[in-house]
Amino acid sequence: MSTTIGKISKKSFISKLNYDWKCNRFLLLMSFPGLIMIALFAYYPMVGIVTAFQNYSLFLGISGSEWIGFDNFIRFFKDPNFFRIIKNTFVLGSVNLLWAFPAPIILALLINEVIHPKMKRFIQTATYLPYFISVVVIVGIMKSIFSGNGIVNELLANFGVDPIQFFNESGYFRSLYVGSGIWQEIGYSSILYLAAITGIDAEMYEAAKMDGCSKFKQIIHITLPSLRPTIITLFILAIGGIISVGFDKILLMYSPATYDVADVISTYVYRKGIIDQDYGFSSAIGLFNSLVSIVFVFGANYFSRKLLKESLW
Amino acid sequence: MTKNPYKIKEPIGDRVFLSVVYVILAIVVMALLYPFVYVVSVSISEPAEVIAGKVTFFPKGFDLGAFKTMINHPIFFTAYKNTILYTVLGTFFTLFFTAITAYPLSKDKFQMRSFISKVYLVTMFFGGGMIPTYLAYKSLHILDTIWVMVLPGALSAWNIILMRSFFRNIPESLSESAYIDGATDPQILVKIILPLSKPILATIGLFTAVGIWNGYFNALLYLNDTEKYPLQMILRSILVAATFNPSEKDAYAQLNHSATESLKMASIVITTLPIMCIYPFIQKYFVKGLMVGSIKG
Repeated sequence: MSTTIGKISKKSFISKLNYDWKCNRFLLLMSFPGLIMIALFAYYPMVGIVTAFQNYSLFLGISGSEWIGFDNFIRFFKDPNFFRIIKNTFVLGSVNLLWAFPAPIILALLINEVIHPKMKRFIQTATYLPYFISVVVIVGIMKSIFSGNGIVNELLANFGVDPIQFFNESGYFRSLYVGSGIWQEIGYSSILYLAAITGIDAEMYEAAKMDGCSKFKQIIHITLPSLRPTIITLFILAIGGIISVGFDKILLMYSPATYDVADVISTYVYRKGIIDQDYGFSSAIGLFNSLVSIVFVFGANYFSRKLLKESLW
Repeated sequence: MTKNPYKIKEPIGDRVFLSVVYVILAIVVMALLYPFVYVVSVSISEPAEVIAGKVTFFPKGFDLGAFKTMINHPIFFTAYKNTILYTVLGTFFTLFFTAITAYPLSKDKFQMRSFISKVYLVTMFFGGGMIPTYLAYKSLHILDTIWVMVLPGALSAWNIILMRSFFRNIPESLSESAYIDGATDPQILVKIILPLSKPILATIGLFTAVGIWNGYFNALLYLNDTEKYPLQMILRSILVAATFNPSEKDAYAQLNHSATESLKMASIVITTLPIMCIYPFIQKYFVKGLMVGSIKG
């Protein structure tokens, strides 16, 4: 039995294709539309990565444009904004990870303590709700609530604080960004943790109760250790995401007044590429960005496997 | 009441703990729901009360003028129509291409299965990036057309994995008896597999629909013609345009300048209402959908 399976899988690509053409013709034909789609919209754009090594011109195209080697990368490393956008990307990503990662875990632990099933369902419904709001609306609501005569400033006025222009001061950008992110995703992200909690053997809690463990101690000694694999898996994924911080939200939130803390690699790619039409240069920054984020995912996975004996692959 | 101090101490500690939990959760739920209340209150309040900063929680006065202005605005009508069109077509294409791609990958006898799976998996880790993708769409001549809004996003490796896992859980004996009766694979997919796959079709379909409805970024990158703009682009002009880079295209400057707080909040209510209406139906499915994903991941 196992030898037959081994034989089939060791057949050459062409003979497999031949076999499918004879025996699984419909399955093969059904695969074509998807393959054409992925070729056009995922693989074909990868060809354009070579523009990172070109002085790309729209009129000449990829075949006609001049090859300039690593000049675009060198230009990027010498760019006066280079240090700023690298720093902003990592600081914003790390600050976000620091606050937004533990929040849903804590929420899941709290919701799990709610005994009444109807109340539990209500709390869950309420916490998932913001996930379905668009970023445009979220930034719109924020701008309204935190505007010069918005409700936050009204409240502060009661304490004799002068109105603060939250969106025009760099000092508040990160808090607004991270806070709104938590507001939107805390409930949704807690689903996986709640699911993992329901999978924990109830007998462990019974045993802990018999030994006189308080609810709080049960969380510390049973629930959290049982969640370890889930937490680590999601943490590795989150580290990989540090460098790709929520770019479409930043684009809506930032302004020249807050560029010094808000401008990240991907927003710079957008401004240089789409607005200034400096395609080759922008491709180079984008390629740099994807390479670093791949290094991050693989790096996080490697260290997690070495240090914590858990990994994604 | 009891002599053993430990027996009564523990439950009291737990009760205190539980009260703290409930208080924190109450605060969290209020913080999460408050912006919704605020938006609705401002949108239906008397504009004068809004300007005076008197609307903080409950609406003050009652005025639907902002809604009337928004609904009667020609730009708004066009954008609403565009968004519905993009959402319906985009969701249809997503379900069609995902189902037809996932079905062969769910069959063990299909020899090309592992090769084709790898072709899709690569796209999860690596892509062209913003500029190469933009240039590719340009050379495909789909920029500034409806196709760029509904086709490129229609096939994702993640959705294929979800749907393939679901298909694999349907007993193979159903397909086999159909094969014996002379059914072909497309017939089996349409007549046997898809009717049994309503939960996964609903999950992927609704998430796709919400994603397209809420999306602005594809329109920002790939559309120039304001007649083709979806709702979120209008919202963007009304709500956040003030801080825009002046070189960006902005066809709605006049709408932006005339937008009062009431008008802004009314536009949020009108565009978000459909999502809030289907949300209860999604909720039932997305928890399960996420579980399927987590088992795989």
